[in-house]
Amino acid sequence: MVTTTSPSAPRAVRGGQGKPLLSVRDFNVEYRTGAGTTVQAVRGVDLDLYPGESLALVGESGCGKTTFGLGLLRLLPRLGHASGKVTFNRGDGTEIDVLGLDGRDLRQFRWRDAAMVFQGAMNAFNPVLKIRAHMHDTMRAHTKATRKEIEDRAAELLRLVRLEPARVMDCYPHELSGGMRQRVLIAMSLLLEPEVLILDEPTTALDILTQRSIVDVLHEVRERLGFSMIFISHDLSLAAELADRVATMYAGRIVETGGVRDMFYKPRHPYTLGLIKAVPPIVGDLPDLESIPGGPPSLAALPPGCKFNPRCKYATEECKAEDPPLVPVSDQPGDGHEVACIHYKEVHLDRPAPNNELGTAS
Amino acid sequence: MSAMETAPAAEGRTPLMTLAGVSQVFDTKAGPIHAVNQVDLSINPGEVLCLVGESGSGKTTAARMAAGLAKPTNGQVDFDGTDIWSMNRRDFSTFRRSVQYVHQDPYASLNPTRTVQQTLTAPLLKHGVVKGGKAAAARAAELLTKVDLTPPENFLTKYPHQLSGGQRQRASVARALTLDPKIIIADESTSMLDVSIRISVLAMLGRLRDDLGVGFLFITHDLAIAKYFGWHGKTAVMYLGRIVEFGPTPKIINAPTHPYTRALIDAIPEPDPDLTKTKGLGSLRSLEIPSLAHLPPGCSFHPRCPLFEGGLCDGVVPELVEIRSGQSAACHVVARDGADVLRPDPPAT
Ligand SMILES: Nc1ncnc2c1ncn2[C@@H]1O[C@H](COP(=O)(O)OP(=O)(O)O)[C@@H](O)[C@H]1O
Ligand SMILES: Nc1ncnc2c1ncn2[C@@H]1O[C@H](COP(=O)(O)OP(=O)(O)O)[C@@H](O)[C@H]1O
Ligand code: SF4
Ligand SMILES: [Mg+2]
Ligand SMILES: [Mg+2]
Repeated sequence: MVTTTSPSAPRAVRGGQGKPLLSVRDFNVEYRTGAGTTVQAVRGVDLDLYPGESLALVGESGCGKTTFGLGLLRLLPRLGHASGKVTFNRGDGTEIDVLGLDGRDLRQFRWRDAAMVFQGAMNAFNPVLKIRAHMHDTMRAHTKATRKEIEDRAAELLRLVRLEPARVMDCYPHELSGGMRQRVLIAMSLLLEPEVLILDEPTTALDILTQRSIVDVLHEVRERLGFSMIFISHDLSLAAELADRVATMYAGRIVETGGVRDMFYKPRHPYTLGLIKAVPPIVGDLPDLESIPGGPPSLAALPPGCKFNPRCKYATEECKAEDPPLVPVSDQPGDGHEVACIHYKEVHLDRPAPNNELGTAS
Repeated sequence: MSAMETAPAAEGRTPLMTLAGVSQVFDTKAGPIHAVNQVDLSINPGEVLCLVGESGSGKTTAARMAAGLAKPTNGQVDFDGTDIWSMNRRDFSTFRRSVQYVHQDPYASLNPTRTVQQTLTAPLLKHGVVKGGKAAAARAAELLTKVDLTPPENFLTKYPHQLSGGQRQRASVARALTLDPKIIIADESTSMLDVSIRISVLAMLGRLRDDLGVGFLFITHDLAIAKYFGWHGKTAVMYLGRIVEFGPTPKIINAPTHPYTRALIDAIPEPDPDLTKTKGLGSLRSLEIPSLAHLPPGCSFHPRCPLFEGGLCDGVVPELVEIRSGQSAACHVVARDGADVLRPDPPAT
């Protein structure tokens, strides 16, 4: 198989200030699919998440977004295996080698340093326990907090996500609406004040007005609590709304990353460009949309060279020979804008930014 | 008031299908619920009518009545000028062939044990559309070409599970086309597809509309998709079983006249980081959707509505009345004061 990136040249997502909170190098996830057979669902990902940043991971289904999130938090199913280097830099200066953690340290990392809100809010709850019990169990498993402290902390967070503690604490999960359950999950994930929150498709399957309330809640709690966020979404509009930075994933790799305005107004990977051209905006005239032909490749039969080449209208013979590494965009440099495409200099979105005077992402 | 009078005007043409004052009541443990409540709709040949609304608003129930799959508790469904539930068996069967339902989940209309060819040739032969296996196979190949499953030889021998999601949805559209329908009812037909595949399936459906003159009842919870597919047609917005706004799609999207439609449009994020900053929840008074079993009195949107006026909105149910030319809304305040009261809130700063 053609190798993807050379590990000697670190190409991380830049853009934040100071030391990254989470630093990911040459990260891979394999799934065992049968006796002696594996597929690589995540391949050679390099990524830095800076304090306070909100990063969106976008791409079609099957591109490896969920696998990446689960892998970062060591939550992969039994047949999955992560390798590479994931470093978490605690506020107190301690460096944590996430893939080397086990037992108590791992449990501690999972809620206090980083927490995840899974897709499908219902499955994350124990249906026979009330919300109060979920809150207490989570806190008691990780702290020595008293009953009163737990009640206070839970109430504070529930109010932050705009729920009335008195109304929801004594409810069973099924007694809450989908939007309320999702907000309870966000509150629960924040109980131990993690510095990184990973959200997988946080608004998928919710109604429009409920989706909006979740988006608004996320804006608010992030402003109040100042954690960093990685959220996974197939919905580009959600990325436009919530992200400071965007990373496009295709066939297990990050093929483009940059500030949200660079990514939406000056995408340089044909795949990001294709995704943007396929999403209809709501306001305004009839949009001129285009689809990307075909679908993502099977992990068991990845094409040679750039994995996008069979669907790409910029593809040449070179694209079948070499899988291009992620390199900084040089002809129109943006803030940490990087792309993995041989022909990126030819790739331009012929749709103007609505508000050009705002310049590039800040 | 006769329901027929309020049926959205067909602009001189005879609509192919009319729903007049149709209701569907379900008996549930919580009591009877009006899943669809006095809905009037009409579909013209070759036109698109979008039915949009959040989940549970009654779209599928309305669609099933339009397709003759469920009999309305009240009201009348006409096809080609005839009440479908008073038709004789032959006419009813012709109607059922003329109006085809395409589900959200293509597995629902594709038999997993049949190849694509078998799925397509069975109705062709059963209804005598073609004579003989050879002609049926040729027609099946032709249908696959129409839905962009080309070359057809690559797909005829496949079973549903051997197809991708987009291919399966195309195959189920091909199946709907076997009996030369005049109307396709597409119920969330592209909702489970990835963005890019969705656009290519919509482009294919658009060609059926333009080249074959098929009319569409296009159902979606996604207003951006309704806008894209139904731009040259009409859109009806449903809320808790009723149509609250109806009009030409561009007007519904860019100049809504009902506070619920306004709230939806304002809430949906845009795929554009600058533009989406103008979006928000506005001044909705509540996020909770009332239960159909305990509908609020008067306008059922009143507990959430930013324009709510006590005494006016919680008394009687507002009727759908014309607010601007061709565009109607069911709102007491807008009916009294005009749509200018709905000017968008200034973006939150
Ligand atoms: N438990 C598993 N065993 C084998 N393959 C898996 C497993 N989970 C996911 N995959 C495969 O990994 C790839 C990435 O999946 P996923 O991370 O769910 O993508 P996304 O979240 O972007 O939709 C897909 O091809 C999927 O089929
Ligand atoms: N067979 C049924 N029995 C009882 N309630 C039903 C039945 N079918 C639908 N409903 C209810 O009717 C309402 C409208 O449902 P539906 O037409 O499926 O809405 P939509 O398609 O807009 O999501 C929902 O509250 C739903 O639970
Ligand atoms: S490297 Fe080639 S095939 Fe890949 S995205 Fe760029 S132009 Fe397309
Ligand atoms: Mg996923
Ligand atoms: Mg439905």
